[in-house]
Amino acid sequence: MVLALSVLVFILLRLAPGDPIDAYVNPASPLSPDAMQALRDRLGLDAPLPVQYFGWLRAAVTGDLGFSIQRVGVPVLPLVLERIGPTLLLMAAGLAIAIVVGITAGIISAVRRNSPTDIGFSVLAFVGISSPAFLTALLGLYFFSVQLRWAPSGGMLTPGAGFSLGDLLAHLVLPACLLSIGHAALIMRYMRASLLEVLNQDYVRTARAKGVREFFVIVKHAVRNALLPVITLIGSTIGIAVGGAIFIESVFNWPGMGLLLVNAVETRDYPVIMGATLVIGATVIVVNLLTDITYAAVDPRIQVA
Amino acid sequence: MTAETPATVRSASKGPWVRAWGRFSSNGAALAGLAILVPILVLVISYPLWWPYSPNDIDLRALNQAPGPVHWLGTDGVGRDILARLMQGGRISLTVAVVSVAISIVIGFLVGAIASFGGKVVDNGVMRLVDLAMTLPPVIFLLVLASIAGTGVAPTIVVISLLSWPVLSRMVRARLLELRERDFVVAARGMGASLPHLLFRHGLPNSIDILVVYATLQIANAILLEAGLSFLGLGIAPPEASWGNMLNAARSTVVLEQYVWQWMFPGGALVLTVLAINFLGDGLRDAFDPRSDLN
Repeated sequence: MVLALSVLVFILLRLAPGDPIDAYVNPASPLSPDAMQALRDRLGLDAPLPVQYFGWLRAAVTGDLGFSIQRVGVPVLPLVLERIGPTLLLMAAGLAIAIVVGITAGIISAVRRNSPTDIGFSVLAFVGISSPAFLTALLGLYFFSVQLRWAPSGGMLTPGAGFSLGDLLAHLVLPACLLSIGHAALIMRYMRASLLEVLNQDYVRTARAKGVREFFVIVKHAVRNALLPVITLIGSTIGIAVGGAIFIESVFNWPGMGLLLVNAVETRDYPVIMGATLVIGATVIVVNLLTDITYAAVDPRIQVA
Repeated sequence: MTAETPATVRSASKGPWVRAWGRFSSNGAALAGLAILVPILVLVISYPLWWPYSPNDIDLRALNQAPGPVHWLGTDGVGRDILARLMQGGRISLTVAVVSVAISIVIGFLVGAIASFGGKVVDNGVMRLVDLAMTLPPVIFLLVLASIAGTGVAPTIVVISLLSWPVLSRMVRARLLELRERDFVVAARGMGASLPHLLFRHGLPNSIDILVVYATLQIANAILLEAGLSFLGLGIAPPEASWGNMLNAARSTVVLEQYVWQWMFPGGALVLTVLAINFLGDGLRDAFDPRSDLN
């Protein structure tokens, strides 16, 4: 799967118009055609595509993703690796907030079905799903950083100051909350629908008839089963969260994969685009696998084949 | 629902479309969506008739002007009228969304058809391809495609439609596989019906509900994708206006902090439109699902 992904990305990128060489050349002092050809030879840009691909793949397996074309001499792998941490941190924080908020709101909505609280939550969820991440990011930046000055307006650490956990958290809270909005809305809607379905089932009625208190009926009997589809949803929407993270990162200047990828796309830095895409794609595939395993662990009816 | 419309009571004499309309019109959210969307469409289409400024007119005496009696929604950094750009941006954003969804419906339906009628090998091959296309996070795929296609209206349409057909082709395939075994299709085959006849006389009308619902919800999605691309500077390129590239202005701190009207109005228009279309799509989905009568 990852292999197919790499072929796809490779082919797509080589279809791109424009010569990466152009970026090397200072328009004010053009190189001679000979010098440009020498540069192409050195970078292997004239070799047949399969040769280029397998050369790249052989190196990639050993962890060598080549060098950035834009930043001459900087290898891609460390460039990508140093960005994974911040992105994972941002996404994990956002996802954690989304799960807590979404599931809680979903449960409240389902239990108080058709109450004003439920309708309020549902409308909020709809707005959350309909607002793109970059817009909520802009609004959040405007209100909380510019108007209220509660949070720093970008970056991951205050420049110049040494590392401190408090500083990191202060920079993390706003982007993570904003990233969680769309996800929380989605989780809330699924949780609500799923819990409503479970609450209609016979065993819930049995539990109530036995005199189990309503709180335990919901928490111990209904929620556990209602969580199953929600877990699948969370796994399958990781890709969407990655997309959201890209916008959040570029608004907040968060030094993660998203910002790296956007910059690389803007400057046509093929090796970096490929490295970043491959790492992101592979991560998503692994996360989906983990979701399936979690699913099997939570639901004994599913046997891992 | 509360209002027992005549349509549901006398359902024996009504066709499925009438009953679907009955379900749709008793859905408050869907009607609200329609009530928001129709005025937006009318305004966006008719704006040159009632608004004196055009989207690319530059007025150097009115740079970064706040909303006022002359320029209702203010002007931007080079003195262009925000309301006019908002309307023109709406035209572009909606056109891009509608056209790209139309293209992706054609691709999605055909791929679904090939997969379901082409035999096991073709089916497996096509579905693995679809799996692959769905593995990559959509936005990443979008960025990679956009870096190849470049900026402008046509490339943006191509990029968005290339991205959105896989989900539809899956749904169409499932529906067609089911239809293929139905008696009326088997009968038609037995009478020697050709593949196009089977697909377009039997397959298409019986998948129309999937297509309509998908189209509606996907238009909302496509608007967001276009806005996202343009926001990053990879979609619609200035001076052409789109809601996304108007929001792009807010990446500059000065605009973000001081010229709020330059990005809040397009942002609001974007959310309102997408919200309305999502309400509409949800209403349509319920309307086309006969089981929702039972609840």
